[in-house]
Amino acid sequence: MAYVPLADQDHEQEMHHPHSWVTKYVWSQDHKVIAIQYGGTAVLVGLVALVLSLLMRMQLGFPGTFDLIDPSAYYQSVTMHGMIMVVYMLTALLLGGFGNYMVPLMIGARDMVFPFLNMLSFWFYLLSVVILMASFFVGGGPTGAGWTLYPPQATLAGTPGSDMGIVLMLLSLFVFIVAFTMGGLNYVTTILQYRTRGMTLMRLPLTIWGIFVATVLGLFAFPALLVSAIMMLFDTLLGTSFFMPAIIESGTPMDYDGGSPILFQHLFWFFGHPEVYIVALPAFGLVSDVISTHARKNIFGYRMMVWAIIAIGGLSFIVWAHHMYVSGMNPYFGFFFATTTLIIAVPTALKVYNWVLTLWEGDIRLNAPMYFAIGFIFTFIHGGLTGLFLGNVVIDLPLSDTYFVVAHFHMVMGVSPVLVIFASIYHWFPKVSGRMYHEGMAKAHFWITFLGTYAIYLPMHYLGFLGVPRRYYAIGETDFIPASAQTLNESITIAALIVGAAQLIFLFNMLWSLRNGAKADPNPWNSASLEWQTPDTPPVHGNWGDKLPTVYRWAYDYSVPGAKHDFIPQDMAEEDVEMEDGSTGSTATGA
Amino acid sequence: MILAVVIFALVIGSVIFHFASPWWFTDIVSQWDSVDGVINITFWVTGAVFILTNLFLAYCVYRFRHKPGQKAVYEPENHKLESWLSAITTVGVIAMLAPGLFVWADFVTPPEEAAEYEVMGQQWQWNFRYPGADGKLGTADTKFITEANPFGINPEDPNGQDDVVVNEPEMHLPVGKPVKALLRSNDVLHNYTVPQFRVKMDMVPGLVSYLWFQPEVTGRYDILCEEHCGIGHFIMRGAVVIDTADDFDAWLAAKPTFAETQAMAEPNIAMGQAQYAVCASCHGAQGEGNQALNAPKLAGLQDWYVERQLNHFKSGVRGQTEGDAYGASMVGMANMLVDDAAVRNMAAYIATLPDVPAAVTIQGDIANGADIYDRNCAACHLDNGNGTWYTDAPKISGMNDWYFVTQIKNFRNGYRGLHAADPYGEQMVSMATAMAAKDIDDTKEMEDVAAYLNTLR
Repeated sequence: MAYVPLADQDHEQEMHHPHSWVTKYVWSQDHKVIAIQYGGTAVLVGLVALVLSLLMRMQLGFPGTFDLIDPSAYYQSVTMHGMIMVVYMLTALLLGGFGNYMVPLMIGARDMVFPFLNMLSFWFYLLSVVILMASFFVGGGPTGAGWTLYPPQATLAGTPGSDMGIVLMLLSLFVFIVAFTMGGLNYVTTILQYRTRGMTLMRLPLTIWGIFVATVLGLFAFPALLVSAIMMLFDTLLGTSFFMPAIIESGTPMDYDGGSPILFQHLFWFFGHPEVYIVALPAFGLVSDVISTHARKNIFGYRMMVWAIIAIGGLSFIVWAHHMYVSGMNPYFGFFFATTTLIIAVPTALKVYNWVLTLWEGDIRLNAPMYFAIGFIFTFIHGGLTGLFLGNVVIDLPLSDTYFVVAHFHMVMGVSPVLVIFASIYHWFPKVSGRMYHEGMAKAHFWITFLGTYAIYLPMHYLGFLGVPRRYYAIGETDFIPASAQTLNESITIAALIVGAAQLIFLFNMLWSLRNGAKADPNPWNSASLEWQTPDTPPVHGNWGDKLPTVYRWAYDYSVPGAKHDFIPQDMAEEDVEMEDGSTGSTATGA
Repeated sequence: MILAVVIFALVIGSVIFHFASPWWFTDIVSQWDSVDGVINITFWVTGAVFILTNLFLAYCVYRFRHKPGQKAVYEPENHKLESWLSAITTVGVIAMLAPGLFVWADFVTPPEEAAEYEVMGQQWQWNFRYPGADGKLGTADTKFITEANPFGINPEDPNGQDDVVVNEPEMHLPVGKPVKALLRSNDVLHNYTVPQFRVKMDMVPGLVSYLWFQPEVTGRYDILCEEHCGIGHFIMRGAVVIDTADDFDAWLAAKPTFAETQAMAEPNIAMGQAQYAVCASCHGAQGEGNQALNAPKLAGLQDWYVERQLNHFKSGVRGQTEGDAYGASMVGMANMLVDDAAVRNMAAYIATLPDVPAAVTIQGDIANGADIYDRNCAACHLDNGNGTWYTDAPKISGMNDWYFVTQIKNFRNGYRGLHAADPYGEQMVSMATAMAAKDIDDTKEMEDVAAYLNTLR
């Protein structure tokens, strides 16, 4: 494809620098400020979801002791925790936060293609969060339908929040999707059109590949959620019957007929499964770059990594019904979806191998970001492998809807992306803030979080083997669950409380380091990728000063044989590379 | 360094945890050993990958951690290695997938000879139906659902007349014969799970889903709902009893057919009235209740509820627990009703008594009571406290507030509802326990709800 870098018209580009505090920090069109607005909001709303999870754990670990929540509040917590974490925290933080910050810097652009749209994206996101939080304060409270919002239950009287709560949830998702679409179109356009001179697609850092493919997934997947939200709103507000067959509510026949609850599930998971990768792919990209930098070694099998990201993204659209093996859909679908689901394990496994092989013969610097990245490899292997249980349709018969599922998806798309987020926050904190974080606090944060989450989720799989069902306020009396299961539940709750409290270390570290952290070098990790080569730290509006950088190589020229330093920045021309023998010139490497 | 050691320890620890753990699948009682077989294969394959990859990870972290003078090796890719790894992974995936698909093929094709039965879920009860002598279940539709026809069986369909209806959450099956469960729901998604059978399937309103299995071991096993179905999800319990063929036939024969339930003789209200004379001495001539004698108001209660409670007193399900002294005094009284007909007559007569709201004796925080009621009680007892047969919830508004508090205490303290034959009582035990558990003598929340109920008349 003929590629005309916009950087060639650099001098014609007019930067509208902000003049007041409000345009600089509130109505900002600077991708970096928007990134921090997005990320900060996502972290705050994530804290709400964290507290909800601890309330649930107190109930499950010590039923009847604390009496903090009744069954309604439990189901409302389950629902809000799940939806907030998946959509409003992970998606917003990884794409809205990291996506916004990294994309222009890593591709050598001054900003997004559409800065105003970018600003609008954040404010719509904030509006969606406000609508969602408002549901805590309306009559009946937020919806308790579970994050999957399955009808008919979501809109029926037997579920908490079935009047205002569910309406606000659907409205909030609607607004979120509008926000996502504005941001997403921006990322795709920016990555395709705004790359600087020399930044070919196969020189992009994997972070950008992950964000790019995840964004494309989101642009195709979120519309399915959007239409299902609209259809459910029509069902509950206007009396249509998209998802509603003839049913009884509290003994009285309702005025619905002919709709299909399974249709909703198809639409939901057509969004919901790609959503897993909307979260996972940016995390894959970010962690690849963290690992490569701190191992002082190029990411192993870069081309394979890119193709794996694309393959996973593509496959993620034809595996959705593995969430529905026991949903009552035609069971013959099971053959197809089990096969596609297990196929996706191959590119995913290759990514894991390549991360580990990047460490092989590396020069590993065990900084806090690397701790989190290596922790991620461990948890992701664990969570990925348990996915092979649930993806294999027949194993879903005993394990679906048990705590095995809860443990699996928390391991693979809770703990793993969160470890990457922490790795990335510590890794890029010096560039973003101009100061270093506190290494001791960061490592303490790592140990408690990493070991604590494993203490939560490893035993939880075994509750699933026992057959303990999920979404139970209290398990009560059964003939098959031994009393010792409650011991497990207690220990899980204690571990969860400790992990929850440990996040205060992280917050404190961030706030403390912003003021008191050591002044950071512009490139403290000696990283080769472009975002570390800005003339200012933190980068100022416009990112690159007078002239956009020119890229001569891929983002992974670490420990190049013959070169004097163990990294060569992407924007360093071949003839400027210092060699070990004191000369400058050809290394004959680089993609 | 320490990170490498910790990862190594986590791998070893996980393996030890797995083998030493007492927490594992409950013993299987169906023929689905093949499901467990696929799980075992998956365990070996994934277990090997888990151990090898993580040990290699730990080794790399240990071996290649930074030391002065160290330099990483420059190796962008290794096509041969990557191809090998892809190939090995593919083989591992096939090893797990292939047997899984064969077992699934088995699961989706029930044997011809499998006997059918129906499971019907509704918020938050189980009901069951057997096809009767003709081996065919009659058609059913929500539009036919009434209190007298809770399954919505088509009254015109001849196949449905001999269907055996089990309107309680316990079902039976014969051992050693394949059965196919047809699954239906009246309201929301539910899920029919018996962990010992290893199979489960959602129940979806508007369609009939299925699963099949062959029970192999006699015994009584829990049925759980495993699809979130609203606030009562966690108390939607049932039981399946695997019987010998003879026991199963005897159990089934004792259950009424659909035609019998539709043709049941009208209760004789006059006979109920005659027998009520004994009750009147405590409960009052109009069933208005008498707090001095601890006799609650009866007027206003639904006949099915009165019938069930009288039967519970008669059969020792209620009133036999230490701590329920007033319940105990009902046992002898209920036994004066000699047979089912007498119980029905009595219940029918009580349902005719004029429902005058009981006197207010309890004050409380009405706003707090309303909040608790809306969050916990209204889903079954309805917003107006009138209750409904659909959720097996009796009327509680306009009844005696002092009796309400006593009974909630009884449920919470285990004096009522824990008998195996009182599944609806067990649901109330769970809800009453959720209501207030900090202090066993603390009745404030109950009094608040009672005060709120007093406003619903």
